[in-house]
Amino acid sequence: MQVFDYVSAGNVKEVVGLLTSNNGRARILCGGTDLLVQLRESRRRAELLIDVKNIPELTSINYDNQIGLLLGAAASCHAICHNPSVLENYPGLVDAIHLIGGVQIQYRASVGGNLCNASPAADSIPALIVHEAGCIIVGSNGTREIPVEQFCIAPGKNVLQNGEFLLAIKVPVVKENFGAHYLRFIPRNEMDIAVVGAGASVTLDKAKQRILSARIALGAVAPTPLFVEEAGVFLAGKEINEKNIREAARIAQAAARPISDLRGTDEYRKHLCAVLTRRALEKAIERARAS
Amino acid sequence: MNKKIRVQATINGEEFEFLCEPRQSLLEVLRETLGLTGAKEGCNNGNCGACNVILDGALVNSCLVLAVEIDGCNVTTIEGIATPQGLHPLQQKFIAHAALQCGFCTPGFIVASKALLDQIPNPSENEVREWLAGNLCRCTGYDRIVRAVMDAAQSQEKTL
Amino acid sequence: MTTNLSVDEKKDVYGVIGKNPLRHDGTDKVTGRAQYGADIRLPGMLYGAIFRSPHAHARILSIDTSKAEAYPGVRAVVTAKDLPDVESKIAELGEGTINLRHQSNNVLARDKVLYFGHAIAGVAAINAHIAEEAAALIKVEYEVLQPVLEVRKAMQHDSPILLDDMRTDELGKKGDYPSNIAAHYQAQVGDVEKGFQDAAVIVEREFFTSMVHQGYIEPQNATAQHNPDGQITIWCSTQGAFGVREQVAEILQIPISKIRVIPMEIGGGFGGKIGVYLEPVVVLLSRKSGHRPVKMTMSRSDVLAATGPTSGSYVKVKMGADANGMIAAAQAMLAYEAGAYPGSPVGAGMGVIFAPYRIENALIDGYDVLVNKPRTAAYRAPGGTNAAFACESVIDELSEKLGMDPIDFRLLNGAKEGDRRVDGPVYERIGFLETLEAAKNSPHYRAPLGGSNCGRGVASGFWFNYGGKSSASASVNSDGTVSLLTGSVDIGGTRTSIAMQLAEGLGIPAESIRPVVADTDSVGYTEGTYGSRTTFATGWAVYEVGKQLKEKLLERAATIWETELDQIRFEHGIFLFDDKQMTFAELASRLDETGGPVVASAAVRPEQFGPTFAAHIVDVAVDPETGKVQILRYTAIQDAGKAIYPDYVESQMQGGVAQGVGWALNEEYLYDDQGRLINSSLLDYRMPVALDLPMIDTIIIEVSNPGHPYGVRGVGEVPIVPPPAALANAIYRATGVRMNRLPMNPARIVAELNQQKG
Repeated sequence: MQVFDYVSAGNVKEVVGLLTSNNGRARILCGGTDLLVQLRESRRRAELLIDVKNIPELTSINYDNQIGLLLGAAASCHAICHNPSVLENYPGLVDAIHLIGGVQIQYRASVGGNLCNASPAADSIPALIVHEAGCIIVGSNGTREIPVEQFCIAPGKNVLQNGEFLLAIKVPVVKENFGAHYLRFIPRNEMDIAVVGAGASVTLDKAKQRILSARIALGAVAPTPLFVEEAGVFLAGKEINEKNIREAARIAQAAARPISDLRGTDEYRKHLCAVLTRRALEKAIERARAS
Repeated sequence: MNKKIRVQATINGEEFEFLCEPRQSLLEVLRETLGLTGAKEGCNNGNCGACNVILDGALVNSCLVLAVEIDGCNVTTIEGIATPQGLHPLQQKFIAHAALQCGFCTPGFIVASKALLDQIPNPSENEVREWLAGNLCRCTGYDRIVRAVMDAAQSQEKTL
Repeated sequence: MTTNLSVDEKKDVYGVIGKNPLRHDGTDKVTGRAQYGADIRLPGMLYGAIFRSPHAHARILSIDTSKAEAYPGVRAVVTAKDLPDVESKIAELGEGTINLRHQSNNVLARDKVLYFGHAIAGVAAINAHIAEEAAALIKVEYEVLQPVLEVRKAMQHDSPILLDDMRTDELGKKGDYPSNIAAHYQAQVGDVEKGFQDAAVIVEREFFTSMVHQGYIEPQNATAQHNPDGQITIWCSTQGAFGVREQVAEILQIPISKIRVIPMEIGGGFGGKIGVYLEPVVVLLSRKSGHRPVKMTMSRSDVLAATGPTSGSYVKVKMGADANGMIAAAQAMLAYEAGAYPGSPVGAGMGVIFAPYRIENALIDGYDVLVNKPRTAAYRAPGGTNAAFACESVIDELSEKLGMDPIDFRLLNGAKEGDRRVDGPVYERIGFLETLEAAKNSPHYRAPLGGSNCGRGVASGFWFNYGGKSSASASVNSDGTVSLLTGSVDIGGTRTSIAMQLAEGLGIPAESIRPVVADTDSVGYTEGTYGSRTTFATGWAVYEVGKQLKEKLLERAATIWETELDQIRFEHGIFLFDDKQMTFAELASRLDETGGPVVASAAVRPEQFGPTFAAHIVDVAVDPETGKVQILRYTAIQDAGKAIYPDYVESQMQGGVAQGVGWALNEEYLYDDQGRLINSSLLDYRMPVALDLPMIDTIIIEVSNPGHPYGVRGVGEVPIVPPPAALANAIYRATGVRMNRLPMNPARIVAELNQQKG
């Protein structure tokens, strides 16, 4: 393991100061489930780890039926998935966050870390995209907010500038007749990285026969988690039927630009895009109808 | 080597104080500094569960926790599962059901199962399998482990 | 659910055997107190690391260790220059032979690296992090060569050659040009051409399997203390301490009497912990660092890259049957990847492939082939699974073409006592037909299979088993217990299965035996825990020990009762004379007054080890859209001869099934085109997790082995033989596609389904 220093920060200002003064050589430590492995294998380098788990606002989970959900970037997957407000209002988000590793990982890993790690296969990101989530970023110039689909810019790279870090993730209140779902394909039933992941959300009309709006996002099929805006545009205003769902899945499949790697071939990933998008949509619609 | 940091923690109910480098994992310090070798290194990157410990009530892979992170925390390792009165029901049932062969993954499985029963006192087979999916066993095919955990849950229920 | 069907009339005559006492080391292993190799901490101990090749095939032009040596905290650096240049010499190593020069070059590469991860240098430092940092400072100049990674490519004349001096052993005759084919073997019986002419149905298929790893959870580790007087102590994780002693002695050219090997608890082996990797290196480092103890533990990625795997293979099988369903002829060609040095288990594969069947016309060719991947090691029934995947798939297809139930087809053609195996030996009493009958009558096979996309598959398996050399010593304690020393490392409960056989002979409870796994200076020579031999052979050694103890104790009883020896009876642990009686414990407490301690020891080398057969049934559901296979139900049926410790026999069966399922569905070594292993973690080398498997039902058949006092047959290996074929046959019934390549992962199943659709 490479040599680094460690500090447990007490507040946000201290973190910004440390990040700025270390000029790119410091990294934020949340659960460490990705970072420590990467440091050990020299896939990332750091001279200072800034532990943010002891800053209350970084681990807090707050829900307000006007504002929505505010997830501290270091809140653990376990805490999020066991939060009654999250369970009640965002089952589609829980689908995804619950899939990040086994129990041992769930207790440590954070959604903020899942985002910042910027893996194309990150499970939480497609689900956050279909929930129209935003990232609250803090730096020496104050805070800024960007849509989650703009956060990752390349495999392992995100938009954070020197001195900035992810403070929280904001998920808007869901509309009436809303439903969302995320699922992934892995060869085993646990302990795997998504070969393909698919998230879908829909808002239905009052009669629950027609889709008012929809969002679809895919994981592991492009350099970053992929928001397939055109699939949602296609579905808007359409009647719920198999033909339309299949067409949306086809659009998602067409948007995917997968590579072949140890976890799957491009051909197989393309194939799965259509299957998983369809299944995600069907479940999202089922949830919207039950809402 | 960089400078060492002083850490205080409660491990298996006892106060410990040790020095460690920031880069040392909790697993490394438990094993090499504190002599608590019950937690095993099977992969050192969070995929096998052999190093499981309970950290402030949370089941974690001690290879993915820095020792400096446990300052002020409460840790239970496999060495802290049995009581002075005897083996924990999980330990008894693992032996009785022959739920181990080589025994190397066993401490991790027992610690994980302890954390499970603390959360879900009477788990279904699927809940047990899901909870233990982060622990690899190559000897048993899991059958007897799952049975032992479910039997331990039942015997715990009876004694409550 | 477990069932035990005994064909043995002696089923209920035993007091200890066939019961399930608590294992002697249970408490140590559930409390974390059991001491495995990496748990050692010695005063002044240094930590080691290995520098490994980033190339799959390269000539080493130079090695510069100066920066590593100068690194603060480093105490010693060693390379192949520190090893004696040993001659080519063949040595017996559990479940195979090795060439000691190859073994030495595998421990530390001398002039060439032959696979990604090949060890080049060892470093000892004051902690593991420093050792690792220093190892990274070692500079090696390479002439990088083209690697060859696939068995059939390696067999071609224009393939890159791994070992310049390698000449094919062509049916016993040396070839005259360099080749990667280390050997070509052949076995035949009858006239295969004529047999096929008589066949009404012929099936010919090709099969491909990938390299897979044993996957033991404990990485290899070794600690050594080299004393100034030349005495060496090694603590390590091994299946056989005496084998480590021999290998280290040969590689370092040191007399065996200078080496004491202390086997620590072992965290799984499955064949992968027979050959040495780290042991010679830590000995050298200890010597060079001023005689400090040095501990070294492999990382998981090193374990996957540089130890263990069993062969990837190409197998072609042709079988024909007449209109009545009798097998008329069978032919096979097996080409197995040996890895970087010769020694694949292709010979065993040839023995296994048609072993369950009575076949009068057969021809088998086998090839042992070098590729730029790690030297293969034994893995549970080495070579058997690859072979059975091929044969049992073809058997299934033949039975389908004949319109026969697959178990009935096997029953019609199954081997029994007096039949000759294709590669030579004639069977004594075996239990294949009994195993098949039990499968046919099992609740699983009789249950209907419900649901769309579901299928049921059946496959058989054979394993030779093995005997080998075992020793044991015992002493009677005054409290009525017996201390027992054996040289058999306990990987899966054999302390108890051995102790039970001594307890049976003495009529005392298993708990009254105190079994200890002894080091190489403390007990007679004992081969490793491999070949399904330990309960069989070491069990026999303690049976002999028990007989001797009993004789000696009868003499003591005669002394106490002042009578003749033949007047005393010994029944169920009680000594009887007229109306007098003494328990074992009472007599044990009176040894001092009758002449002092009673001890005994024995060494055996049983030859009649009794092969075993298995039949497996599996139900699967296949998701036709994703290709994912879920196992719904699994039943393993197996002849154990006599199940000494039934819980652990069943556990062996269940564990073998789990490994076989992993091999069948997801496990494989993935290399890039430069021969770099790209999935060397337990995240991407996908072994089954608890959620991937159902409960695994077992049925133990007991067809007593006439070659063992208690009828024992080895049980550990055969359960890994049938699963891939059983799963392939089940997937076929569920989907209509016959998978001929392992692993049968979701992507491959989808590809086959798409091809089927056109």
